[in-house]
Amino acid sequence: MSEEIKTDRAPVSQRAHKVSAGINGDALGAKVTVQIDGNEIKVPLGTTILEAANELGIRIPTLCNHADLCVAGVCRICVVEIEGSRTLQASCAYPITQPIKVKTHSQKVRQARRHILDLLLSKHYGECYACFRNNNCELQALAKEYGVDFFRFGHPSKPFYEVDRSSYSVIRDMNKCILCRRCVRTCIDLQEVGVLDVENRGYQSKVVTYMDKLLGSVVCINCGQCINRCPTGALRANDPTDEVWAAIDDPKKHVVIQTAPSPRAAIGECFGLEPGKALTFELNTALRQCGFDKVFDTNFSADLTIIEEGTELLLRLFKNLVKGDHSQPLPQFTSCSPGWVKYIEHFYPELLPHMSSAKSPQQMFGAVIKTYYAKKQGIDPKDIVTVALMPCSAKKFECNRPEMCDSGYKDIDYGLTTREMAQMISEAGIDLPNLPKSDFDDPFGTATGSGIIFGATGGVMEAAIRSVIELVCGIRIEKLFEHARVMPVRGFEGVRYAELALPQIGPVPDLLKGLVKDWEWIKGATLKVGVCHGTANAKKVLDDIKAGGQFSQCHFIEFMACPGGCLGGGGQPIPTSPEIRAARARAIYSEDESYQIRKSHENPAVVELYQKFLTDGPCGHISHKLLHTHYLSRGKYIA
Amino acid sequence: MKTPSDRNSMTFASITPNEGLKIAVEKGRMGVLGELSESGLKGRGGAGFPTSVKWNLAAAAHDTKKYVVCNADEGEPGTFKDRFILAEFADLMFEGMTIGGFTIGAAEGIVYLRGEYTYLRGHLETVLEQRRKAKLLGKNILGKKGFNFDIRIQMGAGAYVCGEETALIESLEGQRGEPRNRPPFPVDTGFMGHPTIVNNVETFAWVASIIVKGGKWFKHIGTEKSTGLKLFSISGDVERPGVYEFPMGITVDQLLREVGGEGAKAVQIGGASGHCVHQKDFSRKIAYEDIPTGGSVIVFGRQRDMLAVAKNFLEFFVEESCGQCTPCRIGNEKLLEGVELLEKGCCSMKYLRELCSLGETMQIASKCGLGQSSPNAFLSIVKHFQDEIMGRTAIE
Amino acid sequence: MLITERDQLRSEISQFVKKHGGDRSALIPALQYIQQKYTYISEFAMQAVADELDIHPVEVYGVVSFYSFLDCRPKGRFVIRLCRTISCEMQGKDRVARQLENDLGIKFGQTTPDGAFTLEYANCLGMCDQGPAMLVNDQIFSKVTPEKVHDILQGCRQVFGAHAMQRKEEHII
Repeated sequence: MSEEIKTDRAPVSQRAHKVSAGINGDALGAKVTVQIDGNEIKVPLGTTILEAANELGIRIPTLCNHADLCVAGVCRICVVEIEGSRTLQASCAYPITQPIKVKTHSQKVRQARRHILDLLLSKHYGECYACFRNNNCELQALAKEYGVDFFRFGHPSKPFYEVDRSSYSVIRDMNKCILCRRCVRTCIDLQEVGVLDVENRGYQSKVVTYMDKLLGSVVCINCGQCINRCPTGALRANDPTDEVWAAIDDPKKHVVIQTAPSPRAAIGECFGLEPGKALTFELNTALRQCGFDKVFDTNFSADLTIIEEGTELLLRLFKNLVKGDHSQPLPQFTSCSPGWVKYIEHFYPELLPHMSSAKSPQQMFGAVIKTYYAKKQGIDPKDIVTVALMPCSAKKFECNRPEMCDSGYKDIDYGLTTREMAQMISEAGIDLPNLPKSDFDDPFGTATGSGIIFGATGGVMEAAIRSVIELVCGIRIEKLFEHARVMPVRGFEGVRYAELALPQIGPVPDLLKGLVKDWEWIKGATLKVGVCHGTANAKKVLDDIKAGGQFSQCHFIEFMACPGGCLGGGGQPIPTSPEIRAARARAIYSEDESYQIRKSHENPAVVELYQKFLTDGPCGHISHKLLHTHYLSRGKYIA
Repeated sequence: MKTPSDRNSMTFASITPNEGLKIAVEKGRMGVLGELSESGLKGRGGAGFPTSVKWNLAAAAHDTKKYVVCNADEGEPGTFKDRFILAEFADLMFEGMTIGGFTIGAAEGIVYLRGEYTYLRGHLETVLEQRRKAKLLGKNILGKKGFNFDIRIQMGAGAYVCGEETALIESLEGQRGEPRNRPPFPVDTGFMGHPTIVNNVETFAWVASIIVKGGKWFKHIGTEKSTGLKLFSISGDVERPGVYEFPMGITVDQLLREVGGEGAKAVQIGGASGHCVHQKDFSRKIAYEDIPTGGSVIVFGRQRDMLAVAKNFLEFFVEESCGQCTPCRIGNEKLLEGVELLEKGCCSMKYLRELCSLGETMQIASKCGLGQSSPNAFLSIVKHFQDEIMGRTAIE
Repeated sequence: MLITERDQLRSEISQFVKKHGGDRSALIPALQYIQQKYTYISEFAMQAVADELDIHPVEVYGVVSFYSFLDCRPKGRFVIRLCRTISCEMQGKDRVARQLENDLGIKFGQTTPDGAFTLEYANCLGMCDQGPAMLVNDQIFSKVTPEKVHDILQGCRQVFGAHAMQRKEEHII
């Protein structure tokens, strides 16, 4: 399973170099023997020394290198000695093209690394115990590994820069920055957002936004991918745990929390577990112990999203294909990733009519809690505090969007990241992995497998396909896809395209009777869908649509701002890598299969909601008021 | 005794214009490469990479597009011989570039001219226009079918590090001038990913001269490992500063006599990134195998404070480092802070040794030549003038 | 800056970039063109260039801030760059610097209140045999003495008078 990482945008100096056959003739594809610390290994030509050492199980320290990013070779901590070479070479950037002998810890190498570490520390302001990355910091870990016991080139006693707290999502403390430029590469190459780059040169180099403006005032989509890849505490999410604790401690407040599938699949990593073990039901217990009054499953509103967004899709298809009304054009774009929403608002505002108007599951839930639930429980909505546990830093911005208060109150009061939740749990002295399991609270109960897979790229599409097929064709999805696994939309390729012929049409189900008479108009159609993750890939798809390419013929496209989907979100445990994301995806898909109900429209709580509350059905007036939203054409001009 | 900056005394003045290009076309690619190989010409920018090897690699590379880049980003402190060539022998340099295009099979040449030399651009454009009119640039040069080559000038924008060939290419591509990881080298993956030769202004001029006078002629001048002639930029405490032509292998003593710099206490050879040579070593040779140089010679008289010299150089590097790699970005700052401590007379021997050891790390662990050579001056001054720089009384 | 002026700058940039191949390698020439014409590269101009090349404004800013000869903040009509590298330093650059400060009434790094002069240091100008040297815009002055400083500035002021109006118009961006 390999993710497609876009590196063609990077300056040549930072691209991984392919070995060309040019110089050494026809050696391409050949293997070469390399000796590292006396161990020999045969590797394909062009393998870096670092990769070869990894294969041998030899550890070389790194800082600027990251599995998701193109080569930089700037921190120099990974230098090694090559026999016969005057200078040391950065092992992350040195392609092996001929037999060489490498020493990874000779005297020269050790001394150079100590010097480099000491130089970095001489410019790294801050105390480790007052840092959110304490014990999870790559610089700190290296200092320990290399036995740093004094600062030979000094240590700053006061900060150089103001901390930028202007963004709802990301806080930048450049005093801790070591200029590895992972954030720069993440923002430009991986995400194509281009918030960060280096300004000036030499000793004045600094990672900045455009003209060093505040992060809150530039074109940032809040995806937080930079946070996940920062080796130190220079970047962190805007943390509202103090406010959440205060709400919990306030006896007048009824504090409810919803948990999304991705944090549940990853939070174990914060407690020392291997990636890929979901702690969904242990987490329920922990949250109650923390003091939350109710614990709900975001999957409930994910199911709700599928009904609303799926219905919207069917209506759009009808309008465009039958009525010739193109005011809401095809393809329809998903709208549940707040990073993606802000991306399109900034960079492709002209395509906003393609966006589904459905709110994200987080916001839908908030609106339902402060209306339906409040009424049902007889609680004044002003006393309800809604907290959302999300894998996402952009959710913090989303819940603060001024339009997100259709219940009359702020739909969601606080968004917590996986990391912040883990922090609260450990602060409460709770041993999460070993807790007994407990279920979610009524009236929303346990949701369906379709809600769970929202966490992985392609999941929204899969959930939508499951429901649309069953509702339109009147057959069980398992007839088409074994175990309801819609494999064509799964996977980790950056951009995916799939076609799905509708085998037959069935009767119009009760839920949709108010909207369509029959399915005759869609008979024999082929559903064309697209999936992409990471906004660099979104850019490719959007450019293709504008150019009238393959994706302009699609009916429905899923966009996720983060590589891997929500499970790779900017609020997830650090570190991240393709392997870690794959493990989280496995956890999510296996949780899906453990559920009895796997399709959104079969969720009994959702069905009940439509019967008792959203009585005019999906995309009806009530749902439009509460569950749908509109977008802003922000543009990319930075004032 | 020589006259400084005397155009007519130089070999370049004796070369018949465009003779070299005609001979090159007659001899063919292999002939040119053979002459260059025979001559032993090494890069005149300072790094001293054999020109024939570079051109051979680029000539052998398979690609539809190749480039010839002339590095006219002369920024090394104390160096100005390229300015002299650009003003006096631009035609010869362009001829060398054209021979380069012919040899490696490139159709486009780019002169990367440093921003500080903008005042030379008009002259260079005029020379280029004359060459185009004379069919020495353009299509089917000298009537040879398929020999197409033209040259454009791109201005630098004020960054010393762009003299490093990969940084120069980054700059040409519209990026910050940050050196690339090597390998791959520009001869393989250069401008826009195509094979590119990047040579110094002087190197191109010598290529044209060598093709006219023969590789043998060049080989017999200088030392075995450092053949031929070289232009030197002489400045500092000398009677006759200016540009001079000397054979490689000249000793520091001989050179000082020629330019009126006898009685110097030290000479900085190779600019800020070069070495500071103490009086006791003046019998050493200026050659790639002994004291390498791109041609910069700065002479320090008896009265000069060597610590001030070290400080000036480090101030230069602190500003001109591109800032991407740790050893160069922070290392130079630490060395400069160390010099300031020495100025105030409060640097312990222990810390000075630590700084020297840091300097050695910078020499081997920095990403590019700038970082690797930036501590040279500091290290050699500390080594030779320790007595002079230690234990100062603070000046209030 | 008025909308029409922005549109004009935009189309100017667009034409320039097209003429220079339309890809990122046109970036620095385009910036130099803007710098030359308007004496600095405004926030809007950087974004317009970024748009034209389909890159991000922060990348353009990264480039502008990297190079000494590109500025994103207004400078004087005449930018004086005095070489401070070793050979010029040894030949009396400090006294020239002092005289420049005295005659202009500003420190290095500053611009005169009338917007006529900006005073800066530069690293090696390649005039080591004829130091101290300084650049006034593109023009090089060698063997500068404190005494000569006044004449050089006077020469600039005469030119400045003639172009004052024109400069003002171009400067408002």
